[in-house]
Amino acid sequence: MDLAELNRKLIAAARANPPSQRVPFAFEKRIMARLTRPLVPDYRALWARALWRAAAPCVAIMLLLSAWTFFAPAGSASGSDLSQELENTVLAAVEQDSTADWSR
Amino acid sequence: MEPTEAELIASVLKGDAESFEPLVQKYSPRVFATARRYARRESEIEDIVQEVWLKAFQKLKSFRGEAPFEHWLMRLTVHTCYDFLRAHQRNREAAFSELSEPETDWLERFVHHPADAAEHADAARQLIERVLEQLSPAARLVITLLEIEDRPVKEISRLTGWSVPLVKVRAFRARAEMRKILANIAKEKYL
Repeated sequence: MDLAELNRKLIAAARANPPSQRVPFAFEKRIMARLTRPLVPDYRALWARALWRAAAPCVAIMLLLSAWTFFAPAGSASGSDLSQELENTVLAAVEQDSTADWSR
Repeated sequence: MEPTEAELIASVLKGDAESFEPLVQKYSPRVFATARRYARRESEIEDIVQEVWLKAFQKLKSFRGEAPFEHWLMRLTVHTCYDFLRAHQRNREAAFSELSEPETDWLERFVHHPADAAEHADAARQLIERVLEQLSPAARLVITLLEIEDRPVKEISRLTGWSVPLVKVRAFRARAEMRKILANIAKEKYL
């Protein structure tokens, strides 16, 4: 098969059949209606899009925190130290007052 | 007296959207003809043309008026058609064993009596459409503009935004791609 000749014939066939310039009925009216339509923001769609976008980072953060709590070395005394320090701080004023009362 | 194109465009830019309608009316036939080169289904063609006009309206500020509006619009149309081809390039896989009966007959006639295979036949038109659908988006665009529409390289460069050397390189590759597709037809059908 002569491929060059086939190529030439097929290109000639495409040239011999130019596409139609037909425009569908009232097409320009449709375009103008689309262009002049007032833009009303679709709040539900905006919220839905924002929530979908937020979902991925939230899942990523959740997974990171889960991994951190799971793999982090458990410090046995650190938790109790913190609560003890908090208690001391909160009760420091009360203890001071009570010491003052007793000294009278 | 009817307003000129420049007056209509100036009016649209001032906020009178209705002045855009005569432009849509005047140039839609050309935009439709161009879109029909790259898409087959009428719904796809209408989508392309609609997108062209929406883009034209939104980007009208970027039209400086140095060249005719038609040139600017055709550049936009070609870009939109190229985007369409790129978005639909996954659909271009089709086996040549699926050739229709008239297409197969036309090929048979071409193989045995090349002079009898008429270029005006419907089967030849369908076959070239099938071949063009197999091409990559860039190759299809170049073959259509250069070989079928017979446009000069400089004009293709202006329409596509590609440099002249790039158009030449892509034309070379496109012809090779087309030869490969035709060789595949020959292999599948006659070997």
